[in-house]
Amino acid sequence: MKVVIPSALRSYTASNETEARGATLADVVLDLERQYPGIRFRMIDEQDGIRRHIRFFINGSQVNALSQPLKSTDEIVIVQALSGG
Amino acid sequence: MASKVKKPAARKKAPAKRARRTVLLVATRKGAWLFHGDAGRKAWRVDGPHFLGHTISHLVLDPRDGKTLLAAAKTGHLGPTIFRSTDMGRHWKEATRPPAFAKAPDGEKGRAVDHTFWLTPAHASEPNVWYAGTSPQGLFRTEDGGVTWAPYSSVNDDPQYREWMGTVQDGTPDGPKMHSIIVDPRDAKHLYIGMSGGGVHESLDGGTTWRVLINGMEVVQGYNLDPALPTCHDPHCVRMCPSNPDRLYQQNHCGIYRIDRPSDTWVRIGKSMPKKVGDVGFPLVVHPRDDNTAWVLPMDGSGVWPRVSPDGKPAVYVTRNGGKTWQRQDAGMPKTQGWWTVKRQSMCGDTHDPMGLYFGTTSGELWMSRNEGGKWACIARHLPEIYAVEAAVL
Repeated sequence: MKVVIPSALRSYTASNETEARGATLADVVLDLERQYPGIRFRMIDEQDGIRRHIRFFINGSQVNALSQPLKSTDEIVIVQALSGG
Repeated sequence: MASKVKKPAARKKAPAKRARRTVLLVATRKGAWLFHGDAGRKAWRVDGPHFLGHTISHLVLDPRDGKTLLAAAKTGHLGPTIFRSTDMGRHWKEATRPPAFAKAPDGEKGRAVDHTFWLTPAHASEPNVWYAGTSPQGLFRTEDGGVTWAPYSSVNDDPQYREWMGTVQDGTPDGPKMHSIIVDPRDAKHLYIGMSGGGVHESLDGGTTWRVLINGMEVVQGYNLDPALPTCHDPHCVRMCPSNPDRLYQQNHCGIYRIDRPSDTWVRIGKSMPKKVGDVGFPLVVHPRDDNTAWVLPMDGSGVWPRVSPDGKPAVYVTRNGGKTWQRQDAGMPKTQGWWTVKRQSMCGDTHDPMGLYFGTTSGELWMSRNEGGKWACIARHLPEIYAVEAAVL
């Protein structure tokens, strides 16, 4: 599925969108890590929590759980949320 | 027949004494800069920014090889990581396993590293080994030069240490810190750590076990709290004297201290500071060859604790007798309206003779003295908020 990458993470992907596979959001993030080593820990902490200023949108709706099921036709947008100046 | 004139043998030159140069490693809230000094430390070539926009808490050169740099980084949006360069910052590579706490068992709330705050190269006999201190407080170690990091469960997961560390609310405004990781140059397994808050601790076995080292430290502002409780103590910066590793100095939240091992009791040497200035501050620098000489940069700890230069008149104070007396050093600094804050990692010295002293302000100015504090000059302005300054002599 298509994953839209925010500017803060393009040092990993070198692109503003990429493709990843997985039955859940957690799987997709793992697939991103496989393709772009190091990217997962910048978004997900060691307790599997989504970092404070990272947001995931699936088909335009925000999701807060990595267990969110996905379909191959879904589009994921990763957003770098406001974090101050 | 003309005699052949024999050329005199070329005179063997004495090996040229290579001028040693200084590089200042400046970590800021918005990136890192390297300032390369000439041999006289009079002209500085600026290299940067590196990691523009990243919060760099500490940038440290490995003194064992003179070329490996580690940078503790995060950004406003992204989690923390460590970057590594083996060519003085021309190229950087990210750690494959940055410092991270152990995953908590199901049903328990675990901690997550917000940022790596402190980096210390390990003993000279342990190349590629480094220690890292994080916020919230955690101790980590790498044995491959910073590529992969492992947590110390003896501190990070110990119930007693977790209690002493307190919560995020017990720490400094931008998160409680593990800092001042010190390795005894005589013994790779002899370590000290400082925690803000949580006191000073010592290990004799490379970090497997720890003991508390807070005797003599006073509770902030005389609150009626048990001084034997590590939670009550906030060491800001602990330094070991290279010329005498049995002597350590400490700039604490509420005073300047010294300890001479094997004594286990800190002595408050800041009481001999001028009363109007006080002995509150963040950084402390020790002389590389004289264990009686140390510098502090006092901050205003009155009222609501502004933590700026007292009365708007910045100065460094030096002791040359182990803290019995202190002298003000402010030549070249603003005489009025200088409201500086200098963080605990933002003041350092080099190893030249005379020693150079350096500090960076939260207002983005970099200052230096080529003569051990006798005269000061600003060598850079308009940098982002400075978090750390390290001087490396190559």
